Amino acid sequence: MPQADTPAMSNATLKELSAQLAAKACSSVELAQDFINKINILNKDLGCYVTVDAARTLAQAQAADARRAAGNAGTLTGVPLAHKDIFCAKGWLTTCGSKMLANFVAPYDAHVVERCDAAGMVTLGKTNMDEFAMGSSNETSFFGAVRNPWNRERVPGGSSGGSAAAVAARLAPAATGTDTGGSIRQPAALTGICGLKPTYGLVSRYGMIAFASSLDQAGPMARTAEDLGLLLNVMAGHDARDSTSLERLAEDYNRDLAKPLKGLRVGLPKEFFAAGLSADVQKAIEAAIAEYKKLGATVVDISLPNMGLSVAVYYVLAPAEASSNLSRFDGVRYGHRAAEYTDLLDMYKRSRGEGFGAEVKRRILIGTYVLSHGYYDAYYIRAQKLRRLIAQDFVDAFRHCDVIMGPTSPTTAFKIGEKSSDPVQMYLSDIYTIAVNLAGLPGISIPCGFDGDGLPVGLQIIGNYFDEARMLNVAHQYQLATDWHQRAPAVSQG
Amino acid sequence: MKWEVVIGLETHAQLSTVSKIFSGAATAFGAAPNTQACGVDIALPGVLPVLNTGAVERAIRFGLAVGAKINSPSIFARKNYFYPDLPKGYQISQYERPIVEGGTITMQVGDTEKTVRLTRAHLEEDAGKSLHEDFQGRTGIDLNRAGTPLLEIVSEPDMRSAEEAVAYAKMLHTLVRWIDVCDGNMQEGSFRCDANVSVRPAGSTPLGTRREIKNLNSFRFLQQAIEYEVRWQINELEDGRAIQQATVLFNPDTGETRLMRTKEDAHDYRYFPDPDLLPLEVTAERLEAVRAAMPELPQAMRTRFVQEYRLAEYDALLLTASKETATFFEETTRVTVAASKVALAMDGQEPVESGVAKLVANWINGDIASRLNAEAIELRNIPITPGQLAKMLSRILDQKINNKQAKVVLEAMWSGEHDGDADKIIAALGLEQISDSGEIEKIVDQVLAANAQQVADFRAGKEKAFNSLVGQVMKASRGKANPQQVNDILRRKLAP
Repeated sequence: MPQADTPAMSNATLKELSAQLAAKACSSVELAQDFINKINILNKDLGCYVTVDAARTLAQAQAADARRAAGNAGTLTGVPLAHKDIFCAKGWLTTCGSKMLANFVAPYDAHVVERCDAAGMVTLGKTNMDEFAMGSSNETSFFGAVRNPWNRERVPGGSSGGSAAAVAARLAPAATGTDTGGSIRQPAALTGICGLKPTYGLVSRYGMIAFASSLDQAGPMARTAEDLGLLLNVMAGHDARDSTSLERLAEDYNRDLAKPLKGLRVGLPKEFFAAGLSADVQKAIEAAIAEYKKLGATVVDISLPNMGLSVAVYYVLAPAEASSNLSRFDGVRYGHRAAEYTDLLDMYKRSRGEGFGAEVKRRILIGTYVLSHGYYDAYYIRAQKLRRLIAQDFVDAFRHCDVIMGPTSPTTAFKIGEKSSDPVQMYLSDIYTIAVNLAGLPGISIPCGFDGDGLPVGLQIIGNYFDEARMLNVAHQYQLATDWHQRAPAVSQG
Repeated sequence: MKWEVVIGLETHAQLSTVSKIFSGAATAFGAAPNTQACGVDIALPGVLPVLNTGAVERAIRFGLAVGAKINSPSIFARKNYFYPDLPKGYQISQYERPIVEGGTITMQVGDTEKTVRLTRAHLEEDAGKSLHEDFQGRTGIDLNRAGTPLLEIVSEPDMRSAEEAVAYAKMLHTLVRWIDVCDGNMQEGSFRCDANVSVRPAGSTPLGTRREIKNLNSFRFLQQAIEYEVRWQINELEDGRAIQQATVLFNPDTGETRLMRTKEDAHDYRYFPDPDLLPLEVTAERLEAVRAAMPELPQAMRTRFVQEYRLAEYDALLLTASKETATFFEETTRVTVAASKVALAMDGQEPVESGVAKLVANWINGDIASRLNAEAIELRNIPITPGQLAKMLSRILDQKINNKQAKVVLEAMWSGEHDGDADKIIAALGLEQISDSGEIEKIVDQVLAANAQQVADFRAGKEKAFNSLVGQVMKASRGKANPQQVNDILRRKLAP
């Protein structure tokens, strides 16, 4: 019988853990304790988690074991996971990576947390993130940068950098993330794991602290495509508390995993392989495409002519929505309030001035500007029009292909501090992911190789609306043929 | 110079839903502070608005009642500004595409009918309240009102006097209560007006610069505020000073308006479509369902009253001042007709209902209206039922009591004596009218015998003496004699 503290256990996938728990090879409490021990050793250095609460975690694990003993266990009952600190979880500190909410204990559960709890999953803790999900490197967190488990001098990507690093470092078998412009896929790529951003509206935004409401979407992060499907099965579903949540019949996103890929039409947008793409990344992506051809796929050259506008469009729309969404953080009812102030306006200025970091302030300023009288038409309205054109590009493209493939990120993990003084360079890090959010489409990143420095490269697979099952099938077949997803950073095996 | 006054009103009508416009919290008035505010209302991180379909239905009902266009889709937008009683830092409202567009309100101003065009009516949420008293040097926040559904009804600048503005506001007030979209309680702030006032030289076309008087929560204040503001603006202009566009507050204690902010410090609200709420579609089916459930509107009812009951226009107007009054009238008429059908059928002059209806209208618009007025209560709180009133009126119709006695009966009914039963009251007070001609003759004979001088005066041509004799007979009968019979018998007896 394998011991709970063997490296094999923390290397196990959700599917394997589910099987081991079902076979009573270990208990949920043992499993949770194993992860807690490992977190205690590694987290100080890596900074993946901002909050762990062993008592709470073990209580949940005990309940899961009791549920299994009572014969009511579901597939993921007793399986641990980490939640990005953007999700409200009752009784947990929910900081969103910000000083503004450093003292905020959520009084309610987000829909995603509620669903995971209901499935019997065990919360290991809340993971670090860019402040209010604004960033591509996890460096904007009030709680400090997260280190990439593959190279401690490198960023893990962002904004779901804590979740990605935790899964890569085997400090959690899976984690929740959110993706507004690439915040699941890009860190997944930079840490060598898998991440899925679902079709907009598939997963409820209720209880997920809003950054840009029309773009925000929660999704799973794990080490295999199959695990993404297992977790998405739990996370997805209609929620009347979110008016943008879609009413759809429940589906098993893993139902098509075994389908052969023969005849699959893979679209390669020429815009994804243009200037700015690092040679190592390009090489890895081309190798992955070659693998798909071996698996029976055919390649179609396509074009997304308006994709070049997506970063500009995004940095009008997302800050516009954010400037309004973040207005509630005013120091009046909860969160940070300045210790000293002279009047109401001064209280607002100081509380917000002290509570928000530089990147959040920058985006509030941009958003306020583009919504201002006299600029609204030139920026906001124009950006909305372009957003429709960008979405239309994908509609046209999907007439010729079943999935679109390309790099998730133009580079592998960059150095901590390398881009933090140059916001535009940082923003360009999401050049391949942003258009997918603007169109509301689903996208996956899976590991497909390494660069010369041993840093992981991510392959992005973009599907048509509600095509998650097909995308998971496409990713899974690749993972049956390759082992990139099984590579673990050295730090995780210590 | 002669000046023309131009007024447009923006009215906030609180919609009478049980829960808030974007959350499940209750809207009831007067709860302890912050006990009716859920996570959505206090804007916790991560919460989202969900539109209350009851509020939408009420907005549609209003739109149909004023003959407006119902936009589909209409769009919710965020109006961004910071204030402690606005928890999200933005108010969800409708901006570029309101749910209701156009429509008219027609009302009576003195003897003339006036029609005011509506610009629009849109759905929005109310803010909470800042409590500046009770907290020395600090401000308390009560978020119970935050998220309460409002319909903001905006008129065109079609009114030309304070009287017209008040008449419009009153008609609107009647209408929103009539169609059950708002309880109209002005003390509790369920119905409040902002008045945009400007003046211009009579005969000139361009509008003068307007000032907006905020938050007028009584018709009296509306009238006073506009009158003051008009005088103030005319004075300014006549003294050679230009009017600055501004928002002002009315102080009921001084009767004056006071500057709150000028256009220069006006907010840039940075409106944009709320990404948390989908465009609001109103299907043709939904529209028809609301239309089918619409009550008969005051205008239509007024016309019907005139035609069906042959009431005077003015009576019909008064009876349709509120739905309660109209219902009270129709119910009383129905019961009285049923009770008096036989007696009246003999008349043969007018249709049965019309005779009764006129009597009912006279009493409701006369004695009952003045009584309600004196006690400052609304008809919905009247202590008598249509059935009780009908019984009393039936006794008039069958001549058991006369009008004077009826007033005494009404008085007793009002105080709840004898369960408000007219018959019991008549019996207990011995009010039953004497219509027995033998009995009346007896009294007349006694009076004639005791008043020889006045009989002589009458016969000498002094008509006045006749009235005095009638009075003596009525007095002797303690008011119970049928006045018509007394008249007839006296005439006969005094005939030469």
